[in-house]
Amino acid sequence: MAAVILSATGISKSFGGLCAVDGVDFALEAGEIHALIGPNGAGKTTFVSLLSGRITPDRGQITLGGEEITRLPAHQRVREGIAYTFQITSIYPGLSVFDNVALAAQAHGAKDLHAAVQAALQRVNMADLAAQQAATLSYGHQRLLEVAMGLALKPRVLILDEPTQGLASGEIAGFVALVRSLVPETTVLLIEHNMDVVMDLAQRITVLNHGQVLARGTATEIRANRAVQAAYLGVEDAEG
Amino acid sequence: MKSVALHLGVLVLLVVAQFLLPSYHANNLSRILVLAVFAMGYNIAFGYSGLLSLGHALLFAAGMYGAGMLVHHAGTAALLALLIGTLAGGIMATLVGLLALRTAGVSFMIVTLMFAQVGFLTILYFNGVTGGDEGIALTAPERQFIGLDLTQDAPRFWVALVLFVIALAANLALVRSRFGRVMLAMRENEERSRMLGFNPYVVKLQILVISGLFSGAAGAAYALLFGYIGGSFASVQYSILPMLYVLLGGAATVLGPLLGAGLMFYLIDFASGLTSAYLMVVGAALVALVLFAPKGILGTIRERWLPWLP
Ligand SMILES: Nc1ncnc2c1ncn2[C@@H]1O[C@H](COP(=O)(O)OP(=O)(O)OP(=O)(O)O)[C@@H](O)[C@H]1O
Ligand SMILES: [Mg+2]
Repeated sequence: MAAVILSATGISKSFGGLCAVDGVDFALEAGEIHALIGPNGAGKTTFVSLLSGRITPDRGQITLGGEEITRLPAHQRVREGIAYTFQITSIYPGLSVFDNVALAAQAHGAKDLHAAVQAALQRVNMADLAAQQAATLSYGHQRLLEVAMGLALKPRVLILDEPTQGLASGEIAGFVALVRSLVPETTVLLIEHNMDVVMDLAQRITVLNHGQVLARGTATEIRANRAVQAAYLGVEDAEG
Repeated sequence: MKSVALHLGVLVLLVVAQFLLPSYHANNLSRILVLAVFAMGYNIAFGYSGLLSLGHALLFAAGMYGAGMLVHHAGTAALLALLIGTLAGGIMATLVGLLALRTAGVSFMIVTLMFAQVGFLTILYFNGVTGGDEGIALTAPERQFIGLDLTQDAPRFWVALVLFVIALAANLALVRSRFGRVMLAMRENEERSRMLGFNPYVVKLQILVISGLFSGAAGAAYALLFGYIGGSFASVQYSILPMLYVLLGGAATVLGPLLGAGLMFYLIDFASGLTSAYLMVVGAALVALVLFAPKGILGTIRERWLPWLP
């Protein structure tokens, strides 16, 4: 078994009376693509926000590469190699695409900024849009810009929160190829509602429901899991 | 390249103006240049980085009193006093920032305003040393600056211009640097910046210190060039003025502070000749500005015609 790069033990977070994440144990193995799935409101975003440090847990521990980081502020976790791309697109709307990515590249300490930005933009097929103002991009391109910023950070762990939301089907195929090309140098934790993408990419899957781990396993195991079908896949089928 | 040419052109214009203008206006020009340096400092915090401070009078006053009291009470050389006054602005900004930057938005405005009021009242309270409300007039021997007599119009202008050029160059270099990009990032999306690994508290403190150095330099120069330090420069009016200069000239433009300071200076000059309620006129001008050019003059020009304008 590969080494664990990022792990959570007994992690919990409540908002008022609502327990959004409830005693979750989780281990991300170096080099894998790990999908985190679950119905709306299951606590996926809250859980990865705890990992990335955007919010602090009520209980539990988080370690990165064996070092405890539970109390480490978010910006330092980014510097330690955890990058997070927001579910709700969070870019710099007033700045150019170049500047958006350059901020990530320079945060990582890139010597040659132009080369680093071009490389990141090329991976999401947006090299020709560098001069454009980010606010004027299509929604799909804004999502990809968000991903490019994550890439420019050259993280050890890249957390993608519903990256394909709003992408056209043609763009999704390219995106799947991109994510696959990131491993094993980068470990990917992917929150995703598109089951085809999940089944295509993920070596392992963790299913959250009501803030708790409902199941974990390989794609095949999860597909066969009755509880998951009832709580999640069944719902999805009924909708689709 | 275009931008270098533009800024050189503006400098040439300033030099020519100094020779052509009658003494009264040439003197106003010196004042405007110094106030523009103050406004540039304000612009770095407010225009580029989104830090809306209502307490910059304190930073200006730190420079003004730092330099003025040194030459007056301690007989310090004017150049050294100018440097120390500049530092005083930066140190004051550090002190204010350490506390005020724990807040944001409206709370930040209120906290900076309160700090400035404390500074203002402190100056009035210690009127034995500060001169309080009446202030202190600096004598001619106190205003000798590396061999230049600052009581004379021409040397005064040249010193003001050199200070302005240094500030302008520093401002340009800053906004074109990597740090300049981070400043914009703070203004545009602080949460995103945090998740790129920038510590917003530290970055904003650095921004405020740079802003304080500009403000302190302006305050110190104002004392030495115009020979007077007084409590009114620490009043809330001097926190509002740089904001008006920046809004009028164009927030987050390098030349906006100069343009705004110049126009506002003459607007106030003109309006106070017409009526004692000159602030009404200033107010009306601002309303017009907000309605027709909310990005200020150069901000609007940049948006419509000159996207390369720094
Ligand atoms: N800041 C907050 N304050 C209060 N409640 C919150 C907050 N953030 C999340 N919640 C609640 O916690 C629960 C989990 O939300 P979360 O966003 O983590 O779900 P999710 O699995 O990411 O859902 P989705 O698939 O819709 O993105 C939801 O009931 C949500 O309303
Ligand atoms: Mg979510």
